[in-house]
Amino acid sequence: MIKFINVYKHYHNNHQALSGLSFHIDEGEMTFLTGHSGAGKSTLLKLIALIERSSHGQILINNRNINGLPQNKIPYYRRQIGLVFQNHYLLFDRTVFDNVALPLVVAGENHREIGRRVRASLDKVSLLGKERSLPMVLSCGEQQRVVIARAVVNRPPILLADEPTGNLDCELSNDIMKLFEQFNQVGVTVFIATHNHDLISTLPYGRIILQHGHLAQ
Amino acid sequence: MNHIRFNLKVYLLRHLQVMLFSLGQLWRQLLTSTMTVLVISISLALPAGLYILLQNIKQVSNQWNYVSQISLFMEYNFSDRQANTFTNKLQSWPEIDAVKYQTSNKSLENFRKLSGLDDLLNNLPNNPLPATIIINIKKDSLNPDTINNLLIRLEGFAEVEQAQFDMEWLKRLRSINKTGQLGIGILTTLLSLSVLLVIGNTIRLSIINRQSEIKVIKLVGGTNNFINRPFLYAGFWFGALGGIVAWFILLLTMALLSAPINELTLLYNSQFNFQWFLSPMIIALPISGIILGIFSSWIATKSYLSNIEPH
Ligand SMILES: Nc1ncnc2c1ncn2[C@@H]1O[C@H](COP(=O)(O)OP(=O)(O)O)[C@@H](O)[C@H]1O
Ligand SMILES: [Mg+2]
Repeated sequence: MIKFINVYKHYHNNHQALSGLSFHIDEGEMTFLTGHSGAGKSTLLKLIALIERSSHGQILINNRNINGLPQNKIPYYRRQIGLVFQNHYLLFDRTVFDNVALPLVVAGENHREIGRRVRASLDKVSLLGKERSLPMVLSCGEQQRVVIARAVVNRPPILLADEPTGNLDCELSNDIMKLFEQFNQVGVTVFIATHNHDLISTLPYGRIILQHGHLAQ
Repeated sequence: MNHIRFNLKVYLLRHLQVMLFSLGQLWRQLLTSTMTVLVISISLALPAGLYILLQNIKQVSNQWNYVSQISLFMEYNFSDRQANTFTNKLQSWPEIDAVKYQTSNKSLENFRKLSGLDDLLNNLPNNPLPATIIINIKKDSLNPDTINNLLIRLEGFAEVEQAQFDMEWLKRLRSINKTGQLGIGILTTLLSLSVLLVIGNTIRLSIINRQSEIKVIKLVGGTNNFINRPFLYAGFWFGALGGIVAWFILLLTMALLSAPINELTLLYNSQFNFQWFLSPMIIALPISGIILGIFSSWIATKSYLSNIEPH
């Protein structure tokens, strides 16, 4: 499903963020990406979402090399990937409903289908009933769940999360992890970057460990 | 078939939504929008007004197109009896199309009609006006050399006091016309450029205002077209509203100027009627505004939107 072959990434300031990464994640797997701060976790996820382009090597998603994807095809590619990123990326002048609906509106879904799917998605993250609220009045954990609802609303086969529990306390973090496990159980490939070792130490999933841009053995 | 029609309906409906949404956005920033619309309307009304003025000047000069005539003012002792032989002689010249004799009395009568100076003319002891002969020149002889040559030969006759081919003012009018067209061209280009900059800047500001929203939309798979659309519609509205306001500016100008203009034209030529072109303008102004507006916002989105990427 996700396959890296000898991938390098250097930023414009010549900083080598990733060097010679090769690994693969099978379809339907749940995998953690760990490593110290600055190890390159966010960079790796951005390469998959094509927010950044790799400098060298191949990234195969569904056996297709996404490095060859032209700029104007990126939006369609991104619709297959749910993104839960560090800084919430919610629109604070719109209701919860409108925030979650955004990927569907962008894809040109019709009205009735949007309503149905948004409610289904909010139901999964236990936020049904908050559709009309503005994100501002929600707690931090609830905001994060809105982001997750938006990420899964068009049922992407891949879900990427960057520090989804970054600014939540431990108890809430466990709830968020349970959510990801639920999505994984219905077949979604889940890839979560976190530096919180305690949180995942007891979980039975695969992990990829980064150290200064290299894979740690 | 049914399926396609259904999708088209959804598509059009979505466009309509975005269109109205953009109008709502303009309303929310009323002051900025009003300024932008005003600048656009002035930029459209100014060349339109000049164009109207020029069309009217052209109309005047076209009315005088048939002045391919030479007037011969005869000596005072030229009698009506001499006229017949003289006109027959002229008639045989190859450059001359038609010859018409006008007695001095007839000249006076015409002048009386034109000037309205009845009282003064009645008090004159005798008719001060000479007899005139009006010569129509053949079309193919209407060039400066031939006419000059003709004038010299005509003035050579003892009976002729003066031969006159008065085209100077017409030439002047035509050159005003040409200069005016050039001027309008330059003005229109400059003003279009300023519209481009004004709309471009307004769109740029609203792009900056909505930067975080644009990033999120790109992140969840929004295409550039989807993101551009509201801005293009904003350009559409700016142009359309600017065009309509420009038309009202013309209307206002007409209300203020038509009375003095009519007075002026009456003094010179009673047949002339100043045309305001209001009905073609109510279509032409908004359409040029819309074209200009969409083009400007398209340039603005092209140059600013691509820089905004999620990080
Ligand atoms: N846009 C960027 N430009 C330059 N350097 C960057 C950029 N983003 C990240 N880096 C650098 O790349 C390295 C990896 O960063 P990152 O992927 O954010 O690590 P992590 O998410 O594991 O903390 C860091 O040293 C960081 O300073
Ligand atoms: Mg990071």
